[in-house]
This record gives sequence, C-alpha cells and structure tokens, in this order.
Amino acid sequence: MRQYFQRKLGIYVLTFFVAVTIDWMIPRFMPGDPVQTMLSRASLRPEAAQSMQAYLNSVFGLDMPLWRQYLNFWGGLLRGDLGISVWLFPQPVTGVILRAVPYTLALLVPATLLSWWAGNKFGALAARRKWLDNTVLPLGYVLTATPYMWLAILLAWLFGSVTGWFPLSGGYSFSLAPAWSLEFAGSLLWHWFLPFLSLFLVAFGGWAIGMRNMVIYELEADYTHYLESLGAPRRLVRRYAFRNALLPQLTGLALQLGVLVAGALVTEIVFSYPGLGYLVLQAVNNQDFFLLQGVFLFIVIGVLAANFLIDIVYVVIDPRTRTGMRGDTA
Amino acid sequence: MSGGPDLQEELAAATPAAPPGAATAAVAGPAPRARGRGEVLYFARRNRKLVAGLVVVAGFLVVAAVGPLLTDHGPNDYVGPPSQPPSADFWFGTTTFGQDVFAQFTHGLRSTFLVGVLGGGLAGLIGMLIGFTAGYRGGVVDEALNMLTNVVLVIPTLAVLLIVAAYLRVRGVVPEAIFIGLTSWPWVARAVRAQTFSLRTRDFVDLARLSGAGGRAIIVREVAPNMSSYLLMSGILLFGGAVLLAATLDFIGLGPTSGISLGLMMNNAVLWSALQLGMWWWFVPPGLGITAIVGSLYIMNVGLDEVFNPKLRKL
Amino acid sequence: MSQVTLKVDNLQVWYRTLRGDVQALDGVSFTVGDGELVGLAGESGCGKSTLGKSLIRLDGRMRHVGGTVELDGKELPIGDSERMNGFRFKEVSIIPQYAMSAMNPTRRIGRMVAELLESRGVRFEGQLNELLRRLELVGLDPEVLERYPIELSGGMKQRMVMVISTLLNPSLLVADEVTSALDVSNQKAVAEALVDFRDRHYVKSTIIITHDLSLVYQIADSIIVMYAGKLAEKAPTDTLVHAPRHPYTRMLIGALPEVGVRYDTKRLEGIPGSPPSLLDPPKGCRFRDRCPLAFDKCAEEPPFREVAPDHAVACWKAF
Repeated sequence: MRQYFQRKLGIYVLTFFVAVTIDWMIPRFMPGDPVQTMLSRASLRPEAAQSMQAYLNSVFGLDMPLWRQYLNFWGGLLRGDLGISVWLFPQPVTGVILRAVPYTLALLVPATLLSWWAGNKFGALAARRKWLDNTVLPLGYVLTATPYMWLAILLAWLFGSVTGWFPLSGGYSFSLAPAWSLEFAGSLLWHWFLPFLSLFLVAFGGWAIGMRNMVIYELEADYTHYLESLGAPRRLVRRYAFRNALLPQLTGLALQLGVLVAGALVTEIVFSYPGLGYLVLQAVNNQDFFLLQGVFLFIVIGVLAANFLIDIVYVVIDPRTRTGMRGDTA
Repeated sequence: MSGGPDLQEELAAATPAAPPGAATAAVAGPAPRARGRGEVLYFARRNRKLVAGLVVVAGFLVVAAVGPLLTDHGPNDYVGPPSQPPSADFWFGTTTFGQDVFAQFTHGLRSTFLVGVLGGGLAGLIGMLIGFTAGYRGGVVDEALNMLTNVVLVIPTLAVLLIVAAYLRVRGVVPEAIFIGLTSWPWVARAVRAQTFSLRTRDFVDLARLSGAGGRAIIVREVAPNMSSYLLMSGILLFGGAVLLAATLDFIGLGPTSGISLGLMMNNAVLWSALQLGMWWWFVPPGLGITAIVGSLYIMNVGLDEVFNPKLRKL
Repeated sequence: MSQVTLKVDNLQVWYRTLRGDVQALDGVSFTVGDGELVGLAGESGCGKSTLGKSLIRLDGRMRHVGGTVELDGKELPIGDSERMNGFRFKEVSIIPQYAMSAMNPTRRIGRMVAELLESRGVRFEGQLNELLRRLELVGLDPEVLERYPIELSGGMKQRMVMVISTLLNPSLLVADEVTSALDVSNQKAVAEALVDFRDRHYVKSTIIITHDLSLVYQIADSIIVMYAGKLAEKAPTDTLVHAPRHPYTRMLIGALPEVGVRYDTKRLEGIPGSPPSLLDPPKGCRFRDRCPLAFDKCAEEPPFREVAPDHAVACWKAF
C-alpha cells in the first residue's frame, strides 16, 4: 500500500511541477517581450504599472538568466505571492482568490458528492428495473450531453427570469451585508440553489448511466452466476454487484474532476456567482493575467488534492489494494 | 500502471459505451470482432439507436453545410431590428444588435463540427500513437509514456487552456482544435494501451512476428483491426468531448477572436442580458444544438456497442 | 435394486436465438443411482453442458420445453427458478465451468463463504469445522480463507470451488468440465477429490461432464455418451470402453491414444465430418451422416433402449 501512495504522490508532485512550469513558460513563448506585452495590455495607472513592472521583471525580466526567473517564480509561489491583481488593483491576487474559493467550493463539493451518490443509486436501480431503465437512460444521456452553461442558462431563465422564484445573480442579496444572521444565511442559500442544481443535474446524468452499465456488467459476471447457481438471494448478489461497480465509478470520479471544475466555472459565470468562475471572466475581460494565473494554480492544486483524497477513499473501499495488489489502474 | 494492471477494471473504466462523463460505462469490454462486414452492416441498419442518432447528427451537418448559403449576410452583420423574436424574416430572431440569430446558428454549427472533427481527431491520433507504443513495447518506454499520460490526465484541462488561450492575441478555430486535441487524449491512450497489452500476447501476433513483420506493421495490420470497433466508438466520444470543451472555452470568452460559434453565442447572450430580457431565441438554439448533437453521438455509441457486441443484441 | 437419485425423463431444453430455437437437449432420459459417479461425455455442442446447467439453473436464453426431472423421488422444478432456489446448493449443486472466476474478486474467500451460507439460512460457525476439514482433504491450507481469489492459483481456485459447492452435502453434484483448464497433476487431484467426496458421503451422486473420456474412464462408474442433443449410449465404464455398441462410441474410443502403445504404422483416426446443426435437426438418427454403418432404417430415429442390464443404446444396429 505504501508503494501505491508513493506512486500517486509522485505523479501529483510531478504534475504540479509541470503545471507551474507551463504557467511560467507560456508568456515566454508568445512573441515579443512578455513584460511589455503584459504592461501594454493592462491599461494601468502609473503606480500600478510601476509595481507591476518590478514583479514582472523579477519573473520574466530579460536581464536575468532563465533559471533565475524560474526560481523567482517558484519563490513567489511558495511565499503565497501570486502578484497584484490588475482588475482589482492594488489587491493581491491571493486575497482575491481566497475570498472567491469558498463560493466555488460551496457549489462544487455538494454538487459532486450528491450527484455521485444519487447517480450511483439511481443507476443501480435502473439496472434492475426495466421501467426505470427506460426513463433514466434517455434522461441520463440528455443530461450528460447538456453543456453545463446551457443548463445553467435554462434554469436561470426559467426559474430566475420567467418565474422570478430565484435570484439571477450574486452570492447573496445586494441589500444585505454579510453577517451571522439567519436572514443572511437564507439569502446565501437562496442564491446558491440554482447554480448548485444546475451542476448537480448534469453530473447526475453521467453517473447514473455509468453506474447502470457497470451494475449490468457485474450482474453478468461469473461470480454472480455462481452465486445464483448456489441459490443466493438477490439481495446478496446485488450487494456484491453494487460494491464492485462502485470501484470504477470512483476512478471515474477522479477522472471527471477537471470537467466538474470547468462546469462550476461556467455555471458561476452565468449566475454571476462570486466564485472562481466569476474571477476568470473578469480576468479575461480585464486582461488581468495575474489573476488568471492565480486561479489556474489554485485549480491545479485543488484538483490534485481532490485526486489524492479519492485515492485514499479508493484504498478504503477496494480491499485488494491493502494487501499490496493492484486493485486500480495506477 | 506497470505491467500486470487489473485489465478488467482498466478496460471497464475506460470503455466508451457512454461518455467519459459516465466514465465507466462498459456493459461488456472490447467486443469480439463481428463476423464479417456483412453481418455488421445488417445489424447496423436495424439498430434504432444508431440510425436515429446518425440521422440527427447528419441533419445538423446538413444545416451546417447548407444553412449559411441560405442567408446572404454574415453572422455578425447588423441586418435587422434589434431584439426581435423569431419571425418569417428572421427564423431565430435577432440579437440586441440586430444580428440574425439563425445566420449565427448555422455558421456556429460549422465551427462546432470543425472543432469536433479536428480536435477529436487529433486527440484520437495522439491517444492511439501513445497507447499502441506503450502497450506494444512495454518496459521503460511504457513507464515513461505512462508517466506522461498520468500527468496530462490529472492536469485540469480547462485550466491549462485558460492560460494558453488568454495569452494569444488572435485565436482561431484551428489552434483551438489543436489545443483541445493535445489535452484530451489520455483516456484513449490508457484504454488502447490496455487492449494492446492483452492482444499482444495472442497467437496471431506471435505468428505475425515469426513471419518477420515489424512492430509498426503488426500494430497496423493485426492489433488495430481487432480494436476497430472500439476505436470507432472512442472517436465518436472524442468528437463529442471536443465539441463540449470548445463550447466551454468559447463561453468564457477564450474562443476564436473572429467569426462565431455556438458557445460564443451563449456568451454574448448572457453578457447582453438576454436572460433578464427574456430573449430566449438567442440562447436556446445554440445550447439545444450542442445538446442534440452530443446526445445523438452518445446514443449512436450505445447503438454501435450493440451492433459490435452480439451479447447485447436484443432478441 | 439400488435406489435412484436422479431420474430424467424425456427432457427437452432449447435455446432462444435470433435465428430460431436451438434444440440443444432434445428428449433425454436416464437415471443416476445412489452413490453413482456418472460421466457425461461428448463433443462440443452435443448438449452435455446444457444438461448439466438445466439441472440447476437455466440461464436467460434457455427454455424448459418438455420432460421432467425427479430428484430423490421429488419433482425438480427446473423451469421455475423461484421454486428451484430451495433445492440449489442444498440438494443439487454445481461446480461450474468457470470455476476460475467464480468467486467475488473483492471479497476474502472466507467472508464470501460466510455471507453465502448466512444468506441461505445456514449458520457459518456451525459449518466452520466441516469447512476446515474439507479444505484439508483437498490439500488447501485453512489460511486460504483469508485470501482474495486473485492470490490463488488456478488449481487452488478449482479445489476451493469444489469445497464450497459441496459444503452442504447435496444429493446431486454436477461437475462441469472441472479438469479442462488444469494441468495433469491438478487434474489428478481434482478427480481423486471427486471420488473422495462420494466415498465420504459428502455427495450422494455425481454427474461429471467432460470431453475427456480418459478421465472418466478412471473414476466413473458408468458413462453416458451424448451426440447432437440426444443420448447415444449409456453403460458401465468397463463395458462402454471395451465393448461399446454405438458406432459413435466405438469411433470415439478408437480415437483415443493408448499409453504404452506405439503408433508406427497405424494412424489415429478421428471421426470425419461434423455434428448437425441443432437449429433444424435432421429427421432420423442424428449420427447418420457420419456413421459408417448407416442403412435405410436409420431414417427413423432409434429409441434409447436397454440392450443389456444397465446398458442402453440408441442405434438400430445395436438392437
């Protein structure tokens, strides 16, 4: 088992290095002087331009050897210094991001967990009831084929604009100030619901279909036939099939993290929900590369951490990994 | 992923009877090769899901090809009164700037298909190349390629594309497709590697090797044809995935800087308050188009799975 | 007159396929006595596996078309899966063809056995000692219960499945191709275990399905030879091997190489031709097209009739 975790950690550390290096490298590959390019694109007040220039020079400056720039970049990263936001000058990028992260997590974590759980339950049910299968399957395919932003748009339009039941934008009501009150919590929830629902539905479709197929596959496996030949009740057979089908679903969850994050980003954009997605949009529109870069790094770290978490859960669920065998596809 | 992975699960985790979104959906793993082309075509013609899906996709393809010819103005030209609902003059109404939504839709479809084919195709090629090489060669080559695959797999794609696209001044459909292709291949490589692994120990490969065939020839002539059904289904999934990813990128505003696409239409609609103004004709068609095309592709895949795998055929 | 464990009467089991019904088992009748080890041999596709399977569990495409089965004097409701459940594992059990993959890969073997027993209303603690005893009998370390199936070799898995299947002392055991995937030494161990189980009364009667005549020759009391969905011959082992009456049996035996005999000038003869399609079986004797002794009467199907005590044949020439 130790070998398993060592291997996984190795990949994640390597990936982090690669991601940071890509992040640092991209501007260098663009034609022209990266420092000047960035400065010219961001229409800045003089003070802003000056401090920007200082930071940029330390990271991209042509007067320094490459490896120095690279190390400076890493240095800043490890200090938690991701630069100064152009859009929200003079706030540091780290601060801006940290304020947005809770909103994104509030969407992502419940939506991911609930959709995975519910999708698996429904998928397993559909695998053994024909009538349910005939509704779940096409619905699942439609949902999973729906682009995240379009469902968000539809929900926002129907339940926000047309019926007015839910708000169309913001993390909480503009008339309220953040406070530890029931009213504020209610407003938060009210604004949170539609984006959450949108994320949940699209992801749910995918899991339901996947689980349905996996359960059918397990129900046709040799060990199932053997159990049935020995008269085992359907209860036992289903329990084994469900348990075994969960394993590839868990692996699938790890694979889908990037897609889920992308979905959360666009959903936030539709609802102007003040999470990372909203930041991305502002960063793109305001040429705020530091913010974009900061968001990128945060996403990478988050996804890697989540992957590692899932690896831990996998070891718990698949007993074979604990005895040192390859239970999963690492 | 070193030699001796639990192939069953690896295959199950990566077989494309449903989208990578469902990620795991193999009702049965790699199908035994259907007996001859005739039998395959026979079942193919009779499979309702395959035919229905194909019809829908083909229909949209026709609209993409022919649609732009029906209008004599460009998609971004200001040709009509702003914010008009669908009418006889403008079948899909107009935008807040008086642009023809139908023209935008048909032109957008073109770019959608283009990105899908190019991006998905490139991802498929890379995935196959890496998968075959890793599966066939094994050893150090396999380990190195595995490391590469794992890294690209774990990196959140959109995040990388964000950075890259943000830096480019001028962006086109082809570069977008290339980026998508360069980041979407890992799951294909994994699955191809797993299958190559299992096929490479089979007798007919040994025979080919004995008769002096080189590695590349063996892969092309012996291994790949046995996976042809799988490769076709993966290609379809890659196409769908590329379409979705491109729409997402366009929606954020990092798509092609000129022209129009379905994702960009939705971006504009949201940006210019179409939601609040109730201008559904602006944002419903592009999303509906993508959903219909991608959904039909997935259904086609299910149908194909039934065609290629006799066990799944309904009696 | 010894007691009869199994009585099969004109059993018909067909497979539904896209092209029509495959008449895999087309009117088969025989009995198996108490304590008997019967070998069931024949070519691929002759229906022996179908027979074995239909005695315990019909899979999705199989249909019970006609005929009856009696176990220990009671009717065995093979067409009714619900009612059959009461008999499975306890009265009739099977060692499947796929024994290598018959155990849940993500469960420790001991735990799986415990859960299986509990689910059938049998307390595991009560069976544990017996289980350990039988493991020792087949040469398995009790520690194997702590392992996952993937940690066992093919032979070990086969033996484990044998122990599990016979744990509740069934009246009838069906052993479906239990030696096909094994090397010779494992084959011997398994064959000996089958005899052992019968001798110790763990199992009353056994049907051993195989295509390997030389195996059943060594352990079976009598052998049934099947061809194209019908019984060709049934006789005590020695009689069948040394004095077969059906032309098919004779050619089968003739195709076996003998240990210690050198084939200098003689060639091993196979049986030319192939069995008929069971989608639309031919009228009359099904072996007719390949039989060197065929004559006009063979256009009429010969009944499976006794020609000597415990020796039945389906061939006009044998009567």
